[in-house]
Amino acid sequence: MRCVLLPLLCLSAAALAQTDRAGTQADSTAMLTMDAVYGRPFQQLGQGPVALGGYVEANSRYAGTDGISEGLSFQLPRLTLFVTAAVASRIKFLTEVELEEGGREINIEFASIDLGLHHLLNLRGGILMNPIGAFNQDHDGPKWEFTDRPIVATTIIPATWSNVGFGFYGKYAQGPWAWGYEAYITNGFDGSIIDNAQGRTWLPAAKENPERFEESANGMPLFTMKGTLDHHTYGELGLSWMGGVYNRFREDGLPLDKKRRVDVVALDYNATLGAHGPRLTAEHVWALVDVPETYTQQYGTRQRGGFVDVVQPLWQRTVFGWAKARVNVAARLEYADYNAGTFRETGGRIADELHGITAGVGFRPVAGTVIRANYGYVWQRDLLGNPPSRTATFTFGVASYF
Amino acid sequence: MERRTLLLLCVPIAAGCARLMPEAPADDELLDGPVAGLTGEQHARFIAGDVAFNDEVFTAATGLGPLFVSTSCGSCHAGDGRGHPFTTLTRFGQWDATGNHYLAQGGPQLQHRALPGHAPEQLPAGAPHARLLPPPNTGLGFLEAVPDAALLALADPLDANGDGISGVPNWIALPAYVQPRQGALAQDGRYIGRFGRKGAVYDLLQQTATAYNQDMGIASTFEPVDTWTGGPTDPEVTDGTVGDVVFYLRTLKAPVQRDRDQPAVIAGEQVFHAVGCAKCHVPELHTGPSPIGPLANTTVRPFTDLLLHDMGTALDDGYTEGSALTNEWRTPPLWGLGLSPASQGGGCFLLHDGRATSIEQAIDLHGGEAQASRDAFNQLPATQREDLLRFLESL
Repeated sequence: MRCVLLPLLCLSAAALAQTDRAGTQADSTAMLTMDAVYGRPFQQLGQGPVALGGYVEANSRYAGTDGISEGLSFQLPRLTLFVTAAVASRIKFLTEVELEEGGREINIEFASIDLGLHHLLNLRGGILMNPIGAFNQDHDGPKWEFTDRPIVATTIIPATWSNVGFGFYGKYAQGPWAWGYEAYITNGFDGSIIDNAQGRTWLPAAKENPERFEESANGMPLFTMKGTLDHHTYGELGLSWMGGVYNRFREDGLPLDKKRRVDVVALDYNATLGAHGPRLTAEHVWALVDVPETYTQQYGTRQRGGFVDVVQPLWQRTVFGWAKARVNVAARLEYADYNAGTFRETGGRIADELHGITAGVGFRPVAGTVIRANYGYVWQRDLLGNPPSRTATFTFGVASYF
Repeated sequence: MERRTLLLLCVPIAAGCARLMPEAPADDELLDGPVAGLTGEQHARFIAGDVAFNDEVFTAATGLGPLFVSTSCGSCHAGDGRGHPFTTLTRFGQWDATGNHYLAQGGPQLQHRALPGHAPEQLPAGAPHARLLPPPNTGLGFLEAVPDAALLALADPLDANGDGISGVPNWIALPAYVQPRQGALAQDGRYIGRFGRKGAVYDLLQQTATAYNQDMGIASTFEPVDTWTGGPTDPEVTDGTVGDVVFYLRTLKAPVQRDRDQPAVIAGEQVFHAVGCAKCHVPELHTGPSPIGPLANTTVRPFTDLLLHDMGTALDDGYTEGSALTNEWRTPPLWGLGLSPASQGGGCFLLHDGRATSIEQAIDLHGGEAQASRDAFNQLPATQREDLLRFLESL
């Protein structure tokens, strides 16, 4: 499937088509993925500086693997609350608090102060979402026609991946073009990414560390940088990198191990092709992890994966009194290879990979609310590449900003 | 109009749900799954053992290593099948019945992997050793339930019948936590081992506790030893979990033969007997009493006698366990042989260390007591050889 996804990503970037992106001609007001956190619907509280918002997702799910199903279940994967405040001129604050799985987990995913020095130079500090790929910053459930997040964006990039740190961002627009950048240093990963209950290199394992918002696991910063280029017609293309030392290489001043790095590179693209054409969203990720040679090969040194979403509006008209109700159909292709390498013992290819396809339909009575139904099918192979387990999932859900 | 369209969209989704779910693989395509006839309570324990065996991955925080071979039980036995060269382990330090002479140097098992920041063990220079491929897990409860007397009845240490086959039991000393089963036979305080490549393991409790300790560096009350320091340590897995895993292994079903009615398979079984394979790979064994109903007093077709045989110099690695000689190996069960590629990543890695990459190559490496059968196989007409291979692949 990676043979399909990568060319799709490249072809999409070169596609000649019309777009209905909401950007403007102004020098810093074009809306890019980096603006997603502030580009949400908020409700102003009177005349005060504070505005509130949020979204909720609720799903029902029926899944089966190789003929075995646990039946139907209902879930509330996310309830997210936003608070934003215009503190003063060119000083603003936004926080995003997410309650996952009915409140079992409560996470502050974003809580940053932004100081606007110039439209090309803004300081951001606090808990921020590392700008790696696009989905990590632009993941609100009501925006998507799919109940499940892209696999690569949650298992290789551990969306939502946010950390405490500081950095700068800025953007510039001229005519149909806009470009932006972000550069941050934050706390980062830890040794759990190669020592976890998944039994594979697993970047999301670092999210289990409850102290990561208090102190760095090893005293070394994680660098994240992203550059974005946008054209009204051709869409938005992003290239991002995130890297740093992940292991605890010293303790009490004594050396324990060499410094071992994790580096992630992502390429993302999104566009709306034509006035009524499909919306295309794609992302591809490569992760490199320095794993000791004397450790088990279960923990891969290279990972890669990607997804392509295509959402096509079917019609828009008045339905049940909603003046601009819309029905979209959607499809997603995705894959993740958690261990791109070969066995030392045999030279044979290490598998540990999955491929998935999802079809969906979404009904949007208003833009910020979606009722959606998905059918997904995933083939997953183990480390050795044995015949894949096959999982099919039906989901029906609702997601809405409020 | 719009309402009707929405309803129409829902209809095919609802109607197609059942047909769009992946079907279960046929029972004879899988090695895992419980024996038929377990009670609900036994199913619950089977599932608990399944989770502990296949899903529990040990980490530094939960006791892994720091020196180890594998991070979970399931990683060495994908789909409860035969292992892969990636999961092969090395045992070393014993060359005769006097015991292991390298225990102070890390024997009997090499932990060749280590947590970051630790150095894995190195094989001591000159130490006799053998590389061992993890065997499949299926049907082990049936093999455990075969009475000692039945195995002794198959033994022929002096080759009294003159057929060139002289199977012998591996008489082993039991660890303190292993209790001889009902009807166990002893010889000079030693009992008949039946698990492991050398038949040096008495039962599934010993196999499980040893694997936790030697493969993953996980201490239990049964094996309360830190494989890194060699000293005593606190348990890192509960007795309950060990017991669940033992129950799981005990109640895994026996592999189901495929294509039994195919003429080539039927003819191949006749060739199997004709060339003498069945003298060691005994087709049928009968179990004795067992507290688990489906395992008790039944007949199974594992194609093994669970005894040691001289396999010749080509397979003599110079290492042994228990009372076995270095050239002796326990007859491996052949059931599930045809499903090996489905647990070995599509390849085929046979014999004790996976050196044979096809059934024919495995046969060709048979020597010692099996040489006559090997020679007979090599002299077979091509059609009969093909029939024999089809039969073996059906197991």
